[in-house]
Amino acid sequence: MENKTDIMNIPADQFVIADKEGYIHDVKLETKPVGYFRDAFRRFKKNKSSVVAAIIIIILVLFAIIGPFLVHGNYHDAYVSSTALVNYKYLIPKVSFLEGTGIWDGTKTEEISDNKYNMYRAMEIELGYPAMTDILSERVQKDVFGKETKLYKVRTDSYHSQTIITMTLTSQMYQDILKWQDETGLQVILPRSNSQGYDLNPSCWFVADKKGNAKLDANGNFVPDYFTTGEDDYTSSVRLDSDPGKTDPNAANRYRYAQRTGTAETGYNYVVRLHPFNYFQYMFGFEPCFIFGTDGSGYDIFDRLSNGARFSFLLAIVVSAINLTIGAIYGAIEGYYGGAVDMIMERISDILSGVPFTVVTVLFSLHLSSKVGIVPSLLFAFVMTGWIGMASNVRMQFYRFKNQEYVLSARTLGASDLRIMFKHIFPNSLGTIITSCVLVIPGVIFSETSLTYLGIVNLGSARLSSIGSMLSAGQGCMTTAPHVILFPAVFIALLEISFNLFGNGLRDAFNPSLRGSED
Amino acid sequence: MYLFKYIMKRIGLMLMTFFVIVTMCFILVKLLPNTPAAQFGKDMALILKRRELLGYDLPILQQYGRFLKYAFKGNFGIGETYKLGNEVWTVFKNRLPYTMCLNLVTISFSIPLGLLLGIFAALKKNKWEDHVISTGVMIFVSVPSFVYAFLVQYILYFKLGWSSATVDVSAGAWSWTFVKSAIPAVISMSFGTIAGFARYTRAELTEVLTSEIMLLARTKGLTRSQATFRHALRNSMVPIFPMILGEFISIMSGSLIIEQIFTIPGVGELYIGSIQAQPAPDYNFFMLLTIFYTFIGLAAGIVIDISYGIIDPRIRMGAK
Repeated sequence: MENKTDIMNIPADQFVIADKEGYIHDVKLETKPVGYFRDAFRRFKKNKSSVVAAIIIIILVLFAIIGPFLVHGNYHDAYVSSTALVNYKYLIPKVSFLEGTGIWDGTKTEEISDNKYNMYRAMEIELGYPAMTDILSERVQKDVFGKETKLYKVRTDSYHSQTIITMTLTSQMYQDILKWQDETGLQVILPRSNSQGYDLNPSCWFVADKKGNAKLDANGNFVPDYFTTGEDDYTSSVRLDSDPGKTDPNAANRYRYAQRTGTAETGYNYVVRLHPFNYFQYMFGFEPCFIFGTDGSGYDIFDRLSNGARFSFLLAIVVSAINLTIGAIYGAIEGYYGGAVDMIMERISDILSGVPFTVVTVLFSLHLSSKVGIVPSLLFAFVMTGWIGMASNVRMQFYRFKNQEYVLSARTLGASDLRIMFKHIFPNSLGTIITSCVLVIPGVIFSETSLTYLGIVNLGSARLSSIGSMLSAGQGCMTTAPHVILFPAVFIALLEISFNLFGNGLRDAFNPSLRGSED
Repeated sequence: MYLFKYIMKRIGLMLMTFFVIVTMCFILVKLLPNTPAAQFGKDMALILKRRELLGYDLPILQQYGRFLKYAFKGNFGIGETYKLGNEVWTVFKNRLPYTMCLNLVTISFSIPLGLLLGIFAALKKNKWEDHVISTGVMIFVSVPSFVYAFLVQYILYFKLGWSSATVDVSAGAWSWTFVKSAIPAVISMSFGTIAGFARYTRAELTEVLTSEIMLLARTKGLTRSQATFRHALRNSMVPIFPMILGEFISIMSGSLIIEQIFTIPGVGELYIGSIQAQPAPDYNFFMLLTIFYTFIGLAAGIVIDISYGIIDPRIRMGAK
């Protein structure tokens, strides 16, 4: 204690010069500097829901980019001649490794009449694939006249319960199919049946009454009713098991596989019944299996959705970029100069923002779509009013920063207006601008989907698709094929939720006043 | 007094903006090809005579003068490609009640519900009740209304069979029959409103609850509930009340998508119908509805701004 109080009388020899050589320097900071963006990123990472949203967005974007390459090109190209695909409409979503599980395996539960039940059984015999995977229950229904109908609740495999295709082939096509049959051993061409005599159902190959009810034999089996007369030039060795021609190709009562029309001079044509599942393989070179199913035109929903998503993302990003450019320049001029310039420019953007968006779109598509095409006109419509929000955002930021001392000092040093605007003020408002740029994207996608859903803008064609037109197509068949509307709806819902979460996280991360408040 | 001047100034500016937009749209519509072949009737001489009498071959500005003169008397012409030969104004007048009724029913329960949820969430901030409400709000604010409209339609109509697919308009707009058959539409529309109000109320109320006036209120001896009801709620209503007013103004414009999905014969459906009419869009309907939507949008904006000034004297925007 004593030597502390005796501070005035320290002997001179106790003193040492601290540093004989020159000056004491500050110690170099060992930690890395934390800049604006690094700090924002650090705080963004803490927000778990935004990180999850960002991951979902990445997945959706990958789906949009890679999706179109994952589908079978043949099938995609066939969209143009869409008549070929009509036979494969409303196929239920199916993933090949889930086959037989009852979930996502291309089957659905339906209640069918006696008549149809028999038809499915007969199809299984003829086509070799089970049309029904499971029979759940059966009941008897009485109608008002007391007539009883037997109803079956079954799980039908939509891939194997498609109606048989009737088609007229040229000689060349016919021979090609026969050759393919011999190579693969798969039956594509089925014997001609007398089904026209019953109910005009091409799937009917057995003896039946006028309403298509099967007349079974004593053992409860179907009685085949194939043509056994006529010319068919059938050379393939692939034949039905019940065909007498299987053992003896020249048997007189062998089944006839085609109805030959025309003459030898003009070239023959062949009217045939085609196995839908195997014909698909012949046409497109792969077994039908659509992860998202097909829609009412037979289009692959996975392909359509990823294409539509790609279009939406592209449109949204382009719109966002253009809005940023126009809005930043406009808002910077407004905010920096203020006064009369600001007032006049505000009036202009007030007027533009007063026009309802649907009106803008309609006017643009009426004026421009015939001249520059429908997509550019949609783009113009989005840009026309879209930049206003960005401009007012930038304007606010400029008002905030333009009177600060560092701007004054830059001006004193002789910096030009342009340099002050874009070198000194603009970077300070970058956080807000990035956030509003991100939040523009879900807005654009939502508007685009609404417009195409309402049919104000019609983007649906064989090649191009949009989520909105897929939704409106799916709405019509919601009872029979809910999967058509399910996938686009889930996609847009996921996209909007995750973009909003992501945008909110970004906004909080870029807001320095919130720093530390979450901890 | 300056409030009155402020209101007058705002209304004046709004009317100017409105006039410019209408002029712009009129000119743009008139620049579109409007060929005689696309008009109704078969007798070409008669069609040409009619168009001449209507002034279709006059210069556009002259046509605009005529348009304004007739429009002030409520005459917007007759349908030429859509609702052929019907008076545009009459058709519009008959459609408006359906849209208004639907929206009125929707907001009459969704605004109170949204406010209640928001208040509840704010009072239970960071408890599980708040998390549940906030998550729900997040989902319903983000997901587009048509997605849950599909869901509502699928569940109520296809799965449960409680409602019909289309609305029953036999008894007119202001009837129980119509409201009952439009319940799915009302439900689908209410989600967005409820979620929007809940989110806004929660944000405002949390801000007031953490502010210093609450500390003062507690310090002077009010209980927590007294302080909340007398001070926090009233203060948080300052920005929310204008929002409610704005909602009431826009009940007339309705939702294009919901009306389309549930085939409600409202203004939105009329608009879509007039655009998609074949062989050309019906410009008379389009013009009237453009004017209508523009006016509603501007009016809602101005009512919100003015009511801010009236409710809270601290915010007298534009007043120097």
